[in-house]
Amino acid sequence: MTAIAMSPAALKVRASRRFGDVAALSDAALEVAPGTVHALVGENGAGKSTLMRVVYGLCRADRGELTLGAPVELARHSVLGAHRLGVGMVHQHGMLVPTLSLVDNAMLGHEPLRAGLLDRGRARRAVIAAGERLGQTLDPEAMVGAMTVGERQRAELALVAVRATRLLILDEPTALLAPREVDALFQMVRALAERGGAVVLVTHKLDEVARVADEVTVLRAGRTVATWTAAVSPREIARAMIGGEPPPPPARAPAPAADATPTLTVRELIATDPRGGGARQVSLTVRAGEVVGIAGVEGNGQRELALAIAGLMPIEAGTVAIAGADVTTATVATRRALGLAYLPEDRHLHGLIGDASVADNVALGRLGEVSGVTVDRAAVASLTARLIAALDVRPTDPTALGAELSGGNQQKLVVARELDRPQLRAVLAVHPTRGVDLAAIARIHDRLRAVATAGAAVLLISADLDELLALCHRIVVMHRGALVGELAGAALSAAEARTQLGTWMVGA
Amino acid sequence: MTRSSSAAQTAAIAILTATAAGSLLMILAGASPLEAWRALGAHIVGSRYDFGQVIFRATPLVFTGLAVAIPLRAGLFNIGGEGQMTAAALACAVVAAAVPDELSGWLAIPLATMAAMATGATLGAATGALRVYRRAHEVIVAILGNAIIGGVALWLGNRSLFVGDATRTADIVPGAQLTSLGLAGSSASTSVVGAIGAALAIGWLFARTTVGFTWRMTGSGLEAARAAGLAVDRARITAMTLGGAMAGLAGAHFVLGHKHAYEEGLGRGTGFVGVAVALLADGRPLPILASALLFGALGQGGLGIAELVPKEMVDVLQAVIVLIAAASLGRRRAR
Repeated sequence: MTAIAMSPAALKVRASRRFGDVAALSDAALEVAPGTVHALVGENGAGKSTLMRVVYGLCRADRGELTLGAPVELARHSVLGAHRLGVGMVHQHGMLVPTLSLVDNAMLGHEPLRAGLLDRGRARRAVIAAGERLGQTLDPEAMVGAMTVGERQRAELALVAVRATRLLILDEPTALLAPREVDALFQMVRALAERGGAVVLVTHKLDEVARVADEVTVLRAGRTVATWTAAVSPREIARAMIGGEPPPPPARAPAPAADATPTLTVRELIATDPRGGGARQVSLTVRAGEVVGIAGVEGNGQRELALAIAGLMPIEAGTVAIAGADVTTATVATRRALGLAYLPEDRHLHGLIGDASVADNVALGRLGEVSGVTVDRAAVASLTARLIAALDVRPTDPTALGAELSGGNQQKLVVARELDRPQLRAVLAVHPTRGVDLAAIARIHDRLRAVATAGAAVLLISADLDELLALCHRIVVMHRGALVGELAGAALSAAEARTQLGTWMVGA
Repeated sequence: MTRSSSAAQTAAIAILTATAAGSLLMILAGASPLEAWRALGAHIVGSRYDFGQVIFRATPLVFTGLAVAIPLRAGLFNIGGEGQMTAAALACAVVAAAVPDELSGWLAIPLATMAAMATGATLGAATGALRVYRRAHEVIVAILGNAIIGGVALWLGNRSLFVGDATRTADIVPGAQLTSLGLAGSSASTSVVGAIGAALAIGWLFARTTVGFTWRMTGSGLEAARAAGLAVDRARITAMTLGGAMAGLAGAHFVLGHKHAYEEGLGRGTGFVGVAVALLADGRPLPILASALLFGALGQGGLGIAELVPKEMVDVLQAVIVLIAAASLGRRRAR
């Protein structure tokens, strides 16, 4: 360890960067030693990704300094330069081309030549070797599109790691992975560090930090606010992240009465995407006051199930009913009139309109209440003011454009608008806290609990087991379009709950 | 920055750039820009007649501008104004010529106007329905529709509607003729009142009514509007329908206010210039009044410079204005 501690840092960076009026980075600093896994944590918008993009040459810093073994002139830094210095980055959603095989992906931009022609054999052997290096068996001819998200990510990591001899950056690598896949990924990360490589793990999941990182740096509002080179408690990290005491762990809404009426009923629903995937024969019931979670690795039909319930996708077979009324072929408007609220997965596409003002976005979801022949502008203004205050949406200016709000504030606005509706009976919430900061998460969870307590049926689709375990009375697991397991009541509090759900999630 | 101030900025930049580009071209053509601009100006405000002609040219552009603007705000591009206007003009002329004498005093103008609007609206609705229900792109449909309508109108005319040796229908009854504004014998008629009224009404629809709100939301976020339960399919079709009706009014303007009959080639190009008028005004009804006035003035002023520089100069100026406006709007959308 002494030798490593004395060797020069693999990465030293200090950078400032403004986007318009917003200081994304204000003298943010990070130092990473060879042979370590360094967690870079912070809330959404803290500047983690921007700082890493500066290091990787994807984003110019306004000023600062960068050392990758030797000093790098920031003004001339580029991705090519980063590659030459042995820096690699694996992005959250991956950069492999799905319609190509693994070996073709590996060759893109790094074509091995023999006598002026592609040397495919050599590329194939290189792919296999890259996998073996990190304990993976890679099939060079496998089509990327046919691999699971976890397989893709591990393959990309192996390919990038070969070239990232100095520094490997992983940007939120576990966002789309099941627990078991996360384990496999972290084994590879540890293996890399033990070979002397330096790894930066960008994340906001504190349990991951504890599991895999040697050192931790916390960014808040573009500044480095804490660095630890030894073990540190998640609570202490959370305190540094939000600059105060973290909110208390959430509790569940009171359990619904056993005879509570079924509010949202889905029977043998089939809704498939022509490109593959979808819900196949899904049946479930959510009773009044009940929070039911759907866990699963993304892409196992949750998306289609949600769209079908919301009325945004045709249902091929089966039925959906809200409060006893069959809405299988009903319009979105009818479903909403029956009391369905929808927190969509993609808030930019289905939730709000970036080009429209906050007030217009409020009126959008509540048009029936605030308009007749004309739109009652006073009613829109007072409703908007109330919703902004209720979930602390910022900025508070009702004329601000939707696109001018941060992701967390956009989501708070959608949550406020949807869950405040009169005659709310059922809530369909899809990844309601994804990409949202901790304070906003607490408020959104509060609202979901409150509407359930008040008697709404809540169907919560999430990839975040912590969220599901914290809020749900019952969790079902979706795999390849079907519901494959269910935990309820006391079983959810048991220590093995997480393992059991994780096992179902990967279809085992 | 608010949307309207940046739109005004866009318009100002577009006009200044066009002025600069125009001056350069005038120099290249061997004319003195100062002299050419003066000649242009003289033909716009030089006399009551010229001014009346500007009004006359701007009036149908307000209608065809609105024909593009309404669907544009709802997310559809109505490039079919030309055909909608032509078909409407023909229908308008047929009705206005057939109104019985005893009704012509007070009912002829409303009847003929409604025939024009209904014809334009039907074509607009059909284009919108093809888009919404059959996913046929409205631009392709409208381009083909323009060609079909032009051909069919000529065929109908030659076969049965044109009278005498001319490619012109029978004169409309006197009661259907719009009153001239009497500006020194210019062609300006009371149709300009209708144009201003239409722009104000559409502006109110967008700003205050539920229908207008639904159009705006459908245009700026189709999927979000759908997910919020708005009737987006209906909104897109009604926007195209009303747009078609506006193009129809342009046809009525030419028939009732100017030629007092349908002629082959009547108002040709007005539908297409309407696209430019709407783009420059960012699809907003009130700025369309100013935008139409600018294009009307350019068209009229162009007659004055024909002796100094090629008269196509005005086409170039119009094209430069539209290019700048389109490029700047595109950039704003992309952000």
